[in-house]
Amino acid sequence: MNICVCMKQVPDTNEIKVDPETHTLIRKGVPSIVNPFDTYAQEVGVRLKEQLGGKLIVISMGPEQAKEAIKSCLAVGADNGYLISSRSFGGSDTLATSYILSEAIKAVEEKEGLKFDLILCGKQATDGDTAQVGPEIAEHLDLPQITYALDIVEKDGEIQVKREHDAGYDMISTKLPAVVTVVKLPYEPRYPTIKSKMAAKKKEIPVLTEEDIPSIQLELCGLNGSPTRVKKTYTPVREKSGVKLAGMEPKDAANEVVKLLEEAKLL
Amino acid sequence: MGNLNDYKNIWVFIETECGKAKNVGYELLHVARPLADQKGCPLVAVVIGKDIEGVAKDAICYGADSAIIVDGPEYEYYTTDAFTKAMVTLVEKYKPETLMIGATNNGRDMGPRVSCRLKTGLTADCTGIDIDEETGNIAWTRPTFGGNLMATIMCPEHRPQMGTVRPGVFKKGAYDEGRSGEIVKEEIHVAPEEIRTNLVERVNEVAEAVNLEEAEIIVSGGRGVGSAENFKLLEDLAAELGATVGCSRAVVDAGWMPHAHQVGQSGKTVAPKLYFAIGISGAIQHLAGISGSDTVIAVNKDEDAPIFDVADYGIVGNLNEVVPALTAAFKARKA
Ligand SMILES: Cc1cc2nc3c(=O)[nH]c(=O)nc-3n(C[C@H](O)[C@H](O)[C@H](O)COP(=O)(O)OP(=O)(O)OC[C@H]3O[C@@H](n4cnc5c(N)ncnc54)[C@H](O)[C@@H]3O)c2cc1C
Ligand SMILES: Nc1ncnc2c1ncn2[C@@H]1O[C@H](COP(=O)(O)O)[C@@H](O)[C@H]1O
Repeated sequence: MNICVCMKQVPDTNEIKVDPETHTLIRKGVPSIVNPFDTYAQEVGVRLKEQLGGKLIVISMGPEQAKEAIKSCLAVGADNGYLISSRSFGGSDTLATSYILSEAIKAVEEKEGLKFDLILCGKQATDGDTAQVGPEIAEHLDLPQITYALDIVEKDGEIQVKREHDAGYDMISTKLPAVVTVVKLPYEPRYPTIKSKMAAKKKEIPVLTEEDIPSIQLELCGLNGSPTRVKKTYTPVREKSGVKLAGMEPKDAANEVVKLLEEAKLL
Repeated sequence: MGNLNDYKNIWVFIETECGKAKNVGYELLHVARPLADQKGCPLVAVVIGKDIEGVAKDAICYGADSAIIVDGPEYEYYTTDAFTKAMVTLVEKYKPETLMIGATNNGRDMGPRVSCRLKTGLTADCTGIDIDEETGNIAWTRPTFGGNLMATIMCPEHRPQMGTVRPGVFKKGAYDEGRSGEIVKEEIHVAPEEIRTNLVERVNEVAEAVNLEEAEIIVSGGRGVGSAENFKLLEDLAAELGATVGCSRAVVDAGWMPHAHQVGQSGKTVAPKLYFAIGISGAIQHLAGISGSDTVIAVNKDEDAPIFDVADYGIVGNLNEVVPALTAAFKARKA
């Protein structure tokens, strides 16, 4: 099974702080990581590849530094990685991003001399949090999609995907090729070894620009290809300061909270 | 894309499954009603499903002026292919100016598929919807960066303007039995071979669907609860309050609770009146799911736990003592 993992490098949201004066995000010095949901996509992809053979290729659209993130995927089982990067791709919203990625996927198939059976995405990128790029890639490529995957298994040339719902999960099958977006796995992504890290470090990461993706229409990329416009951004201000009860007997603290809730007419 | 002025009306998609509507559709009718009035345009409910005439009537009673329904056996359970085809066909025929979809798993599966086929913009998982005074466009507001940053987004030159909207953020309006409106039935059918996915089986891990998104009170436990058995303490408190039990991801990973109960970035986004966070540290991924809560009450033995930064009421103490005391205090109040 040949697998393509679409991976985004994102700032580590755990490390993001808000500037108390300007109310903007402090992005400086924030470490970049592989989007956590994409590490799940990568892990389930590697497991399928190990079981069935084939190649696993990671593609990522972003600036030069995203090569680091691609290398960390190579260190945990990806065979090759491509960086999709160009000035004309900047400012893309999800429609333009998914268009560029879908064209890049075709170009990579050409370069690698293979066809992808499965295209894996994370459920969402933790910076934009949209969860739209996966389904939109599926639409551009006219492929079936299964979102919110909790696990993927192969059965008789098809895949069966556990898809999350309110009371448990649906088992959904589809023929390949298909796009799946992954929300969680029953196991943790593997860690690299020193050896695999070294090997990944040495590997060339080809960069694809519009020149390497002949079919791409530039008017559908970047700001021009993006129907949405960000009008403004702001950090939510918390006006309320909470009451914290410490060092009290549990019973007294409990009674106090119930009293306060009552006084605030919250019950 | 034709002339922008050809696109009129505000549409709300009412998601159904097995003929039953999800609440979020009705919530959206309530937010969209004043917007439609402001624009002086009709508010239309779009219902796709099986045996859904009753749902269309309810949608009108919840504030829609009229409804369009697509009814058929292929829509009993959600599939990307059937629902996308039906919705795209309707949009192309009627040209709505705005289309709102509940940001449920299915809504967020269908939304991007529809917007991408129509080559228009879609704003994800919104928590605020207004009309931009200057342009008359919809201004969609949504949290990004795990809730650290809010962004207001518009779609100025493409129609329809589409957004998925978080369940539970807006309340349903009153049900007005006196309202009436036209229900238009559209025959759109999807051949089995056009539906490329197949529901093999539905597995319910919990007896009843855990309806965290619509719960008014949630009692959530984290790793601090210590064991599956000890969730009994939280269940007692929840029973006293008529609350739904939720949990953090650490609890699901430990196997103490099924994933359906998980709150947070990779679980449910909730918006209750009261949210009890018990033995939960308050990691950003957890907080991302609870930012819509009106009031947060935290119990944690660690005075510096980040959950206290977002809690309205916090008790520093051992949950094994504090939770039973809370249960008793609520019980005493009723007596
Ligand atoms: C991509 C991604 C997605 C994620 N999605 C989610 C998500 O959807 N939801 C989610 O919750 N997490 C999510 N996480 C995980 C998140 O980062 C945290 O690991 C998780 O929320 C921690 O759960 P916890 O607070 O229960 O456990 P801990 O962080 O271990 O906290 C336990 C708390 O209990 C307190 N405690 C212990 N014993 C007692 C006692 N006897 N009395 C009182 N207090 C006690 C401790 O002081 C501590 O604060 C995600 C992580 C990633 C990377
Ligand atoms: N720039 C990108 N490069 C590669 N993959 C991406 C990119 N942006 C989004 N994706 C993929 O699409 C998923 C959903 O992203 P989003 O819609 O931005 O939340 C991510 O988890 C990735 O798998």
